[in-house]
Amino acid sequence: MCLTLSQVTKRYDDHTVLDAVGFDVAAGERVALLGHNGAGKSTLMKIILGLVTAEGGTVSVHGLAPGSYRARMQTAYLAENASFHPSLTGQEQLRYYLRLRGEDPRKAASLLERVGLGAAANRRIGTYSKGMRQRVGMAQALIGEPKLLILDEPTSGLDPVSRREFYVILDELAAQGTAILLSSHALTEVEARTDRIVILSSGVMVANDTLANLRQQASLPIRLQVSAQRGKADEVAQKLSGERSNGVIVDLVCNSEQKLARLGDISALGPLVDDVDVIPPSLEDIYSHFSKRGNA
Amino acid sequence: MNKVLATAHSEFIIALRNRWVAISVAMMVLFSLVLSAAGSAPTGAVGVDKLSVTVASLTSLAVYLVPLVALLMSFDAIAGEIERGTLSLVLTYPVARGELVLGKFIAHLAILSIAVLAGYGIAAVAAIATDPNALVGIPALFRLFWSSLLLGATFLGIGYGISAFARRPGAAAGLVIGLWLVLIVLYDLGLLAAIVADDGGTFTTHYFPWLLIGNPADAFRIYNLAVSDATAAAAGLTGAANSIPAVHALISILIWPVIATILAWQIFRRVTP
Repeated sequence: MCLTLSQVTKRYDDHTVLDAVGFDVAAGERVALLGHNGAGKSTLMKIILGLVTAEGGTVSVHGLAPGSYRARMQTAYLAENASFHPSLTGQEQLRYYLRLRGEDPRKAASLLERVGLGAAANRRIGTYSKGMRQRVGMAQALIGEPKLLILDEPTSGLDPVSRREFYVILDELAAQGTAILLSSHALTEVEARTDRIVILSSGVMVANDTLANLRQQASLPIRLQVSAQRGKADEVAQKLSGERSNGVIVDLVCNSEQKLARLGDISALGPLVDDVDVIPPSLEDIYSHFSKRGNA
Repeated sequence: MNKVLATAHSEFIIALRNRWVAISVAMMVLFSLVLSAAGSAPTGAVGVDKLSVTVASLTSLAVYLVPLVALLMSFDAIAGEIERGTLSLVLTYPVARGELVLGKFIAHLAILSIAVLAGYGIAAVAAIATDPNALVGIPALFRLFWSSLLLGATFLGIGYGISAFARRPGAAAGLVIGLWLVLIVLYDLGLLAAIVADDGGTFTTHYFPWLLIGNPADAFRIYNLAVSDATAAAAGLTGAANSIPAVHALISILIWPVIATILAWQIFRRVTP
């Protein structure tokens, strides 16, 4: 295992930030850490990095203590709103980070090229946009092919194209065997891009599974959205005992076992129905389901 | 060591871009020029060479200016990184906190030595150009140079300690200015007041010399004026401190940089970004 957490507990005064959190991340695995603001995501990451010490439980990074010299050799970090000294150029900043990792500073140019900053390499970071600074952060996280990558809301402030490029790089790293733990608010983007999801709610781990399994466990209702012929919405709603949401749309809710039967009912209405959409529970729904369960 | 030098290199570029190098050099040069112009009038009467007189006036200047420049460069070193959010990233790198502080220290000391060299150099050139005997004062100038660097090193260390302790650049700036006022300006006034009140009692004979060399700035002034021929040009408390052997003052200015740097490192070790 690249990263093993067990019974990790952190308190600030009498307030418990993390309560007996435990999970693993294997080599090449991409794990998303989800949770509301203040759920303890950043604190957990800082504990893994050795910036903050936990009161209880154990953390091991490749069998090493978090924050130990050898653990830091293998771990890279990128925070939300990556910040650097505004007076340095992107190139100078990366050369510095390369030297701190004992790497050849001449690799700076190719790293900046890889994150799409080749043209801006010799401009001061003070002139960069937020997205460009985040790319510098990504470039420094790639130094020395880290075995463990800790990303704290890495895509905040990135435009959709940059986000996609960012996840392409992550996929490459995972394919090389880097274990990746990333937190995010953008639930839809981690949906397709991660292997497993860990949900924290007020410091308690309420879920740790693949999205498909979580979906099954939550057994949330499926929504069927029926578009009726003009003027027939009331008739369709009555026949299907559903709710009319506007002039043409009728909403139906069912669980996964009833889905096929309900679709049969809809097709039996023939010309009254124009179209039908099946909307499975989104990650947001699953996320709020598990988050609420944690609070209860 | 490579990591220390990498940090020093990076800090030096930052100081160059932020104009700290230009500002500190300009400050030292400007004040040195003013002093050597003002000090050129009374030389003949005293009967010492002109450079020794210049060194005496430069000593009084350095006591104020070198700690000020050192504190202004160092107060932001750690607090600024905490505020910008760059510290938490660099601390996840395989680099010891001591290496980071040492790297900053080397860069800032290099800038300080450039500034001091420029300031003293110009004053020396001015003295030598007008008085052929001035070369006699070269050893005194050299002594002033390296003791100024030790004084600067002390206040760089103190500045880093305050920066790590305050955690915010604004608070750190306030604290270093307060400290400068207390250690450099008010300390001597307080001792003077105590001597006057004591009127030759045990305080003056027993405690006063130790209190005087215990302050790095006073030790610097005593050392430079005691070993220079130009003690006559000394002002303030130094006249009263003639009884202090120069070697005691030398020990003080040698020990202070070590104490200050260890203190800074210890405070920085406890910082959670």
